[in-house]
Amino acid sequence: MLGLASYFAFFLTVALTYGVATLGLNLNWGAAGLFNVGVAGFMAVGAYVSAWLTAAPVASHWGGFALPIPLGWAGAMAGAGLAAAGLGAITMRLRADYLAITTFGAAVSLQLVARNAVWITGGPFGIAFIPRPFERLADRPFGFGLANLGLAVLVTALVWLALERLTRSPWGRVLRALREDETAAASLGKAPDHYRLQAFVIGAALMGLAGAMQAQFFGFIAPDNYLPVITFQVWVMLVLGGAGNNRGALLGAVVVWGLWALSGSALHLVLPPGWQARGASLRVVAIGVVLAGMLLLRPRGLIGEEATVSRHVPPAARAEPLP
Amino acid sequence: MIGQVVVDGVTNGAMIGLGAIGLTLTYSLLRFANFAHGEFITWGAYLALLLTGALGTVLGGAPIGDLTFGWTLLAALALAMALTGALAVALDTLLFRRLRRQGTEIALVIASFGASLALRSAVEFIFGLQPLYYSHDIAMAVRLAPGMQATEDQLVLFGVALVLMLGMHLLMRHTALGRAMRAASENPLLARLVGIDVAAVVRGTWYLGGALAAAAGVFLGATVQLRPTMGFDLLLPLFAAAVLGGIGSVPGAMAGGLIIGLAEAAAVPLAGAQYRAAVSFLVLLAVLLLRPAGLFGKAD
Repeated sequence: MLGLASYFAFFLTVALTYGVATLGLNLNWGAAGLFNVGVAGFMAVGAYVSAWLTAAPVASHWGGFALPIPLGWAGAMAGAGLAAAGLGAITMRLRADYLAITTFGAAVSLQLVARNAVWITGGPFGIAFIPRPFERLADRPFGFGLANLGLAVLVTALVWLALERLTRSPWGRVLRALREDETAAASLGKAPDHYRLQAFVIGAALMGLAGAMQAQFFGFIAPDNYLPVITFQVWVMLVLGGAGNNRGALLGAVVVWGLWALSGSALHLVLPPGWQARGASLRVVAIGVVLAGMLLLRPRGLIGEEATVSRHVPPAARAEPLP
Repeated sequence: MIGQVVVDGVTNGAMIGLGAIGLTLTYSLLRFANFAHGEFITWGAYLALLLTGALGTVLGGAPIGDLTFGWTLLAALALAMALTGALAVALDTLLFRRLRRQGTEIALVIASFGASLALRSAVEFIFGLQPLYYSHDIAMAVRLAPGMQATEDQLVLFGVALVLMLGMHLLMRHTALGRAMRAASENPLLARLVGIDVAAVVRGTWYLGGALAAAAGVFLGATVQLRPTMGFDLLLPLFAAAVLGGIGSVPGAMAGGLIIGLAEAAAVPLAGAQYRAAVSFLVLLAVLLLRPAGLFGKAD
């Protein structure tokens, strides 16, 4: 019973790390209409930066500063944000889908570096012995799982609150105005590239934080954790939950991660050993079909975009239909 | 050394160019970056593998001269191109056309990302993850000049690729379909106004793009190997070639493919083969910084 409860706690912890990444993507896509296909890349940057900063020194690769975990996570956000700032500076002024191609290219290239630059990243085997939070509880699995879950809930709640404030602030309204009608927003004196770059960088920093959280909770990272399929999963989480809605993003993360984990165990039980690899492929086909179907049949997602209106508008004026 | 870089770069670049033509055409006509385009390469290659098996019983699998493949593979190439073209049209009809009607343009890009994963994983499911080959014969290299060698397979397939690219170029310049395609990508509304059947143009574009990608897949399969990720791994070079050449330009895609191929080949002795794919990314960044409209493109 306690084993099942610890498993559930761990499951929720991982789901929440994806929730943080999905919240970041929601700021990119849901609020600013930025098509970021490099989620896995930004998560990788965050994971590696945090691993370098917090792990103990080893001879085989760079890093090992043995700093406290909060510093590692702050560094992860800064690293992913910096990477996004560099990419964004080049692509923000161009057509929207050039950002998609560029972020995709960045994620692919970062994966190559992670796999091949052994002296920096540890190569294909990655980095092990990353300090986990509450390590001294590790001999009591349930307490350990619960403490980690508490930490994940705390961080997610902080991110959620900050994003709710941001998207409801004048800044968030400018983003949505730019997304809906760039010319009209620009005519009011809002510099489109400037605002979009900020949203891109903050969203990417959150993906970096999500990567760092995973690195810390697993205690181990490897390049194969950051394949393009991760980007795709986070997108499915956002589209399923409902882009433009932070609650939707979190709900989508938990639901999709749950379906992913459940279908994995189900296939593991049902398929004979020789078919396990093929079963994993079938699972990806299924998630691709779910996404396409969702886009076709229910493009607003489970919850859909939340209408946000300034709190300065009197309630009577809010219901006013457009002429 | 330099000579070999040129041979490798040009042969590989022709493959990238073939794949990039379809990508650049659908991009300019439908205005979305199709992340599923690489899968047409994979599907073309694997369809040809199935067809060589089936055709081999009819035509006999005997190779031509010193090549490792015979008429069977060339027949399979033609059929795989036809089938992959149909697959591209089917994907558009089932998915992209419906999303276009909903009017959410960027949803197309997400959907193509999903379609890409589904198509690739379907190949993994059917054929498994291990690399496959059209033939297990060893291709003999011939010396073209001091320090430059290529296999006869490479030379023949390079010739076929050149013929296909030239054919595509002539089709775009001198046929009614080509003119309609250029007109529709310039201004779909105006094209419809002068009586062009834009829906047919869209289908034609998907068909041709899918067929050329399939050819690239067969060439890659014949000169290297077949893997389920072969097309997806080429996606970044394809995008880089399309952007470098200028979105919508067929000669641009070919020139872009050639330049990317040469840059990759030149980078191998400098940085090692493992960083090959990152070369495309650097070229892409440089183009977006210096000349976002590309070599042959018009500024937006």
